Amino acid sequence: MQNPPVFFDNDPQSELSTLNLGPTHPATHGVFQNVLQMDGERIVSGVSTIGYIHRAFEKIAEHRPFYQITPLTDRLNYCSSPINNMGWHMTVEKLAGITTPKRVDYMRVIIMELARIADHIICNGVLGVDTGAFTGFLYMMEYREEIYEIYEEICGSRLTTNIGRIGGFERNFNTIAFNKIRKFVKAFPAVLKEFENLFNRNRIFIDRTKGVAPVTAETALSYSWSGPLLRATGIDYDVRVMEPYSSYEEFDFEIPVGENGDVYSRFLVRNEEMKQSLRIIEQALNKIEKEPADIFHANVPEFYLPPKEEVYNNMEALIYHFKIVMGEVETPVTEVYHAVEGANGELGFYLVNDGGRSPYRLHFRRPSFINYQMYAPMSQGMLLSDAIINMSSLNVIAGELDA
Amino acid sequence: MGKITNQEVLDKIAAKFGDQVSVIGEPHSLLTVETGREQIIDLLTFLKNDATLQFIFLTDITAIHYPEQEKPIGIIYHLHSLVNNVRIRIKVFVADGDVHMPTATVLWDGANWMERETYDFFGVVFDGHPDLRRILNVDDMTVFPMRKEYPLEDPNRVDKKDYFFGR
Repeated sequence: MQNPPVFFDNDPQSELSTLNLGPTHPATHGVFQNVLQMDGERIVSGVSTIGYIHRAFEKIAEHRPFYQITPLTDRLNYCSSPINNMGWHMTVEKLAGITTPKRVDYMRVIIMELARIADHIICNGVLGVDTGAFTGFLYMMEYREEIYEIYEEICGSRLTTNIGRIGGFERNFNTIAFNKIRKFVKAFPAVLKEFENLFNRNRIFIDRTKGVAPVTAETALSYSWSGPLLRATGIDYDVRVMEPYSSYEEFDFEIPVGENGDVYSRFLVRNEEMKQSLRIIEQALNKIEKEPADIFHANVPEFYLPPKEEVYNNMEALIYHFKIVMGEVETPVTEVYHAVEGANGELGFYLVNDGGRSPYRLHFRRPSFINYQMYAPMSQGMLLSDAIINMSSLNVIAGELDA
Repeated sequence: MGKITNQEVLDKIAAKFGDQVSVIGEPHSLLTVETGREQIIDLLTFLKNDATLQFIFLTDITAIHYPEQEKPIGIIYHLHSLVNNVRIRIKVFVADGDVHMPTATVLWDGANWMERETYDFFGVVFDGHPDLRRILNVDDMTVFPMRKEYPLEDPNRVDKKDYFFGR
């Protein structure tokens, strides 16, 4: 698919007109500008502009010790920031050869799956809003709130979480956190069922989504799509299964795949993924009970940032704290690529280390950036109203375009 | 692990390209090879289309800058064979005054924005790219900000200088 050039002159004799879809239009879910050439309601061609909000994360990362890069990662996909945090910590662990205890792996799995659910809640909820159904969104938002409360119980913050440390977690999950997780896992399936009942057999919703913006598996691969978008086209690529991290190989779950690669398939795939995530969380909760309750990080004092109370009362901890914060820890000179299954697809961290205080080069493979580039080409020939629905089904998070 | 080993991938590449592709290593079991820009499209085509290898998924294109090297700009490709579940990393280094690379958009549509981003930050000119413009920075910018000659921090800041740490 090639983009034909867009005419900017708005020639009154011409039957085509130029339309700016965004930036800051409610339907574009962020500051995306799409300059569309329209023939009436139909899009003839389009060009996407994603700048100029460049926050220079990769550059900043070249000047920061490993821990101080964590807050950069959770500002990539802010709808599921724990996945980003832990992906980054796992990259550093891979670099430094740190093995985490099983309990840490399970705790991470729980948090990452909760984050995936939170992300899919937004995406599918908003897809409903864009088709004119606000109710489903409201039903589901309450449960995203509950997930945020779980984050808050674990790390003290809700959106940009900074959950975790290299080697494990800053603190153990307390009973309140576990209770909140159990409460969520128990209550959410019924809500999801209700949500599905509202949409899956809804004539209007199906008319608006089924067969809209279909993508073949071949095209999706050619555009390097990953995550639910790729799986909706029928390809069962999931990093959790292909290259398991954090003990995912021990869990029993399925990879939902779609058939048509259209908006409806993406919606269904995300719904199914939420169910699978719940399954994984339940298994993880069971597994975690068999692990020693007081181990929540690996024994790597030169990498694991000690808790504040230890820093104040323990000389060793103070020294390690200083060394870690100033980036004085020794790391091997090598390069690492580590990928996790983000809510939108393969979230990769490419880290080149020269043994210095900060990465020599850090590159984020952001799934939204790669997924979004197909938006303008695939909108060709589409009705404007379909293009809006298509955008919400792509679930592009503006923070992930940028790096 | 995947269905084929790094050694098998390497043998196939060596049989086809001989010494035009050299092995850098296998950091964290990810096969890393280096080639020249004359061979890169042939190599990518071979990796993608070979019936056994099938590196059909272009994971990423990015670049790196080593100012002290003779060829300072490195362009890095990550490919993934979804069929065999093996990844490969390919590096191509080019000289500073001659930062031309053939585009990979002939093989993958998805290379388009990845190459635009690489151009935007490192100034690598991808010849044959359909729309090589800056993507994250403003169009009238004249520098390529991810290169090492553009330091981020305030140069007057001394608290993080290496000599304070015995380096």
